[in-house]
Amino acid sequence: MSLLLGTHRPGTTWLHRLPAGAKLLGLVLLGLVVVLVRGPVSAVVALVVAVGLGAYAGLTAREGLRTLRGLLLVAVLLGGFQVWNNGWARAVESVGDLLALVVLATVLTLTTPVDEVLDALVRALRPLRRLGVDPDRVALTISLALRAIPTTVAIAEETRDAALARGLERSPRARLVPLVVRVVSHARATGDALHARGVGDD
Amino acid sequence: MTSTDQQPRTTRTRRLGTTDLALVAGFAALVVVCAVLPAINVTGIVPITLQTFGVLLAGAVLGPLRGFLAVLLYLALGLAGLPVFSGGAAGFGVLAGPTAGYLVGFPLAAALTGYLVTRLPRGAAARNVPLVFLCGLVGSAVFIHTLGMAGLVLRADLTWGQAFDVDKVFWIGDVVKNVAMALVATAVHRAFPDLLHRRRAA
Repeated sequence: MSLLLGTHRPGTTWLHRLPAGAKLLGLVLLGLVVVLVRGPVSAVVALVVAVGLGAYAGLTAREGLRTLRGLLLVAVLLGGFQVWNNGWARAVESVGDLLALVVLATVLTLTTPVDEVLDALVRALRPLRRLGVDPDRVALTISLALRAIPTTVAIAEETRDAALARGLERSPRARLVPLVVRVVSHARATGDALHARGVGDD
Repeated sequence: MTSTDQQPRTTRTRRLGTTDLALVAGFAALVVVCAVLPAINVTGIVPITLQTFGVLLAGAVLGPLRGFLAVLLYLALGLAGLPVFSGGAAGFGVLAGPTAGYLVGFPLAAALTGYLVTRLPRGAAARNVPLVFLCGLVGSAVFIHTLGMAGLVLRADLTWGQAFDVDKVFWIGDVVKNVAMALVATAVHRAFPDLLHRRRAA
C-alpha cells in the first residue's frame, strides 16, 4: 500500500547513507541559517545549494517538480504579490527562502526511509525520560499507529459499503459513527491484547 | 496537561495504560484516513478535507491529553515522510510552507476541545450535541484559525487582513465539520460511556 511506503526513493549516495539523525540536525541548522540571513543573495545561494543537494541525491527534475507541484503555484502567487507590493528584492528573498527550505526538506524525505526518521525522532525523545516520556512506549505507539492505518482504511470502506447498501451514502452519521465506534473498539481490543501479553505495561 | 487528567483517585495519573496507547494510535490512524480521503479544493492553497474533523474528534472523544498525543503522532507520521497531510503532502517541507500554522494548531485545538468537553456537565458529552459543537468551534477558532493565519503572515508575507481573507474561506466548511464532529462524538460517548471518565484497566 503506497500510503505506508511513504515518499522515500532508495539510493546509495552519501546523503542516503548518512544517519537520519544527522540529516535532521543538518536540516534544522540549514533552516535556521536560511531564515536568519536576510537579503535576496542568500536566498538564491540557499536555493542553489538545496537544488544541488537534490541533484546529488539523484532527485530528477520530474520527481522534484511532482513533489513541489502544489507549492510552485503558491510560490508564483506569492512572488507576484511581493513584486507588486514590496519590489523584486523582497520577492526573490521570500520565494527563494521558501523554495530552498522545502527542497532541503524534500531531499531529507526522499533519501531517508520513514522508519529511520521515526527512529531518530524516538531517540531524540530520550532526554525527556525524566519528564515521564518513555521512548519505548512512544515507539510502540508509533508501530501500533502504522499497523492501524490499513485496518482503519478497511473499516472505512466496509462502513461506506454498509451505508451504501442501506441507501444512506449521503448520511454522514451512517458513514462516520460506525467507523469511529469500530476504531475505538478495535483500539480497546488491541490494548487488552497487549496488556494480556505484558507488552507496554510495567 | 496533568491537571485535566481524568483519574483523581489514582496516584499514577501521568501513566497511560496500553489501552490508552492503542487509542492514541487508533485515532492517529483515523486522522490519517480522514485527511487522505478525496479533498475539495477551494482556494488552491489549502485543500478542504475531513482532516480537522478527525483532529477535533480525537480531542472530543479521547479528552485533552490522549487527543493531543493522537494528533501529535499524526503530525510525526507526516513529518517522517508518510503522505498523510492534505493533498498528499509529507515531510518537513510542510513546516516551511505557508500552511504550517494550521498544522501546529491541530494538536493544541484537539487538546482545548478535549479539555472543554471534559468540563461539560455530567452526561452532556454523550447527549448534548450543541455543547460539544461549541467546544469544537472554540478549539478550532482559538488554535487552528489563529495559528493558521499567523503562519500565512509569517511564511507567505501576507498582512493579517489578507490572511483573514484567506482564512475565512474555511469557516463554512469548518462549521459543517464541527456539526458532524459533535454528532459522532456524542454517539461514541453513548456507545462507550467510560471513555472520558475511565477506570484503569485492571
